[in-house]
Amino acid sequence: MYNKGTIIPGLILFVLFVTFPIWFNGLTTAGDLPKPELPPGGEKQCVMPADYMRANHMQLLNEWRDNVLRDGDREILEINGKKYPKGLQMACMTCHSQKEKFCDSCHTYAAVDPYCWDCHLTPNEAGSKEAMH
Amino acid sequence: MDNKRRKFLKIAGASVLAGIGAPAVIKLTAATPALASGHGEAPAHAPAPDAHGGHAEEAPQGVRLGMVIDLRKMNENPEMLDSAIAACIAAHNIPEFPDKKNEVKWIWKAPFENVFTDHSASHSAAKVKNFPSVALCNHCDDPPCVRACPTQATYRLEKNGIVAMDFHRCIGCRFCMAACPYGARSFNWQDPRPYIKKYNKEFPSRMKGVVEKCNFCGERLALGQEPACVEACKGTGAIVFGDLNDAKSEIRAVLDKEFTIQRKPTLGTKPSVFYIV
Amino acid sequence: MIEKTLKGKPAYWIWLAFLGMFMAIGAACYVRQYNFGLGMTGMSRDVSWGIYISQFTFLVGVAAGGVMLVLPYYIHNYKEFGRITILGEFLAIGAIVMCLLFIMADLGQPMRALNVVLHPTPNSMLFYDAIVLNGYLFLNVLCGWVILTAEKKQVKPPKWIYFFVYLSIPFAISIHTVTAMLYCGLPGRHFWLSAIIAPRFLASAFAAGPALIVVACLVLKRVAGFDAGRKAMNKLITIIIYAALLNMFFVGLEFFVGYYSNIPGHKHSLEYLFFGLEHHGHVYNNLVPFMWAFVILAFGSIAVLATPAAKKNDFVLGMGCAALFLAFWLDKGIGFVLAGFVPNGLHEITEYIPTANELGITIGVWATGFMVVTLLYKIAIGVEHEVEG
Repeated sequence: MYNKGTIIPGLILFVLFVTFPIWFNGLTTAGDLPKPELPPGGEKQCVMPADYMRANHMQLLNEWRDNVLRDGDREILEINGKKYPKGLQMACMTCHSQKEKFCDSCHTYAAVDPYCWDCHLTPNEAGSKEAMH
Repeated sequence: MDNKRRKFLKIAGASVLAGIGAPAVIKLTAATPALASGHGEAPAHAPAPDAHGGHAEEAPQGVRLGMVIDLRKMNENPEMLDSAIAACIAAHNIPEFPDKKNEVKWIWKAPFENVFTDHSASHSAAKVKNFPSVALCNHCDDPPCVRACPTQATYRLEKNGIVAMDFHRCIGCRFCMAACPYGARSFNWQDPRPYIKKYNKEFPSRMKGVVEKCNFCGERLALGQEPACVEACKGTGAIVFGDLNDAKSEIRAVLDKEFTIQRKPTLGTKPSVFYIV
Repeated sequence: MIEKTLKGKPAYWIWLAFLGMFMAIGAACYVRQYNFGLGMTGMSRDVSWGIYISQFTFLVGVAAGGVMLVLPYYIHNYKEFGRITILGEFLAIGAIVMCLLFIMADLGQPMRALNVVLHPTPNSMLFYDAIVLNGYLFLNVLCGWVILTAEKKQVKPPKWIYFFVYLSIPFAISIHTVTAMLYCGLPGRHFWLSAIIAPRFLASAFAAGPALIVVACLVLKRVAGFDAGRKAMNKLITIIIYAALLNMFFVGLEFFVGYYSNIPGHKHSLEYLFFGLEHHGHVYNNLVPFMWAFVILAFGSIAVLATPAAKKNDFVLGMGCAALFLAFWLDKGIGFVLAGFVPNGLHEITEYIPTANELGITIGVWATGFMVVTLLYKIAIGVEHEVEG
């Protein structure tokens, strides 16, 4: 082989680089599965069943957003006897009030960084500046 | 003429005719889209209580929300305007920046000659010279900002005439700010949260990099409330809010009785905000 | 052909390193801006567009200027431009790349830029701008590359490329017309609300673009042994002079309309630019020196280019063209956009001064454009040398 001295080390480096995600965390596990904590208030029912929400909460939020903002439809949903306005801050956060323990656990695991909370206030955040006169 | 050129000209001519004719054909054959209902049937979306229910009386046009600001009454009670502005800031988590560069304002005070640039400011009356006027988004019927926005992040809601913003879609190009003749729009040049004095937990804040402006309190209207600034002037009639398309509404009665002026009417933007001086 | 960029004289590599340094500074400044927000610039609620957009506006013109080489050669068979149309096309590529970078740098939410494509909005001029800018970029890349490859292989370019070449001509006009339409359709800004904005933009573009190409040709003569030819240069001088004179005529007309009608709305922005605007005891005049520099440089360079010396002496020609390019950069890249915001819709005045970080990003983008043009020109000249022996 020509240039064996450059090619073999180069190939090794390349293989290491490409398989980085596999060996970096120790070959055994890919890191612990996320364990989102259920709402501290003890609510067990969400607007949709848990496995639907796990897969589709993003689309649901987008639908709600378009309904509320673009169609002007701020109708309050009634599901299983409970009233839910259509919105992250006004509905989801009222039960899942601890974003770090619920939302972030899966998002961090999946390396997803949604910008929702740049604008939408969590109860903690809102509380931090409520006690001003 | 050689054959190839002839053929090219024939094809070019036919394409041009098709191109010119196509929009006309489409327009003639498309059904007119059903006019927006907006007749206040959805119970959670009642317009302001003093308006007249906003249902099918004003047949094809739907609800068109508007405002009459009575500057005479504002002048009688100068703190009222301050409390209206404060109510807006509190209701919407509007940041209060100390410098003019970054300021974000949805409704604010300005001298008459600045708010009404198309009116003469020469030899103006004392009441105009000594008291401020009020500026806010006019929620125009033909908004240049909506025409300008490349992503429809700002749009006019057919059902009630509000010019709304979708902060999720705004790319922060600020074309709408250049387009607005009234300087009604503000940009978040940085993260606003450190400058928000007190959070209203029923409403989000905005992120850096998006444009914002008065939204006629769409979220409050949905709960049957009046806009925050209107409520702050409750009982005085300083700000009257309602459906401009409803001939029996209070706002129409006020407009019928008093002489009102608007900001830059010659531009054809058809603002929805009127002023009594 | 890209391999031609990998071999060069030391001066070439020093130039690339010099540009690379500014690109790195620009990138670092951009990271700071991305993290903090556009508050790192000098823009404000009143002056909501600053040098990023004004540079973009100017560079669209420079990109459109390439058509002044393509049009005479491909439509009117002016053979003398045969060797330099590729330079016009490659300059257009560099200029459009700079335009797109400036727009991205200016966005408050750049990660959402594709919303313009995801949510097409036919009533928005920015939507059309995005289409024609990218379309023109694609056309220039395609035409430049295919024709240069054909040149390298010493064959005639394939027939189908001429469709795209002819298409690039209306596209060139359209990029600058659409950019002008961003401004001239806004009802609230009287300084921009004029039918002459688009013609003025085009005239300025057709002077500034070719002027930059002349300077580039002179540089190439010096460093790369590429001679564009006396006839081509002289024809370009003629085009530049006429276009520049037209632009000055249009500016003069703007002055007439504003000052003869004496309508404040039509006058105030010109007054701010050229004389300073007095408001509540304060005189706002931070752009006045730039605008008079524009006037003096423009007329001076037109005069210099009109003399016989410009046709005989490369240094005079180069200085004249550089001065003209600078003049029109001051006109469009500084004066035009900023003055639209002074006074604002409430007749209040806020002045704008760019911050150091903003200037860092601006210079970084210009350096990127120059690097793109350098690399492309290296390829073009490399092919030229290979072919001409």
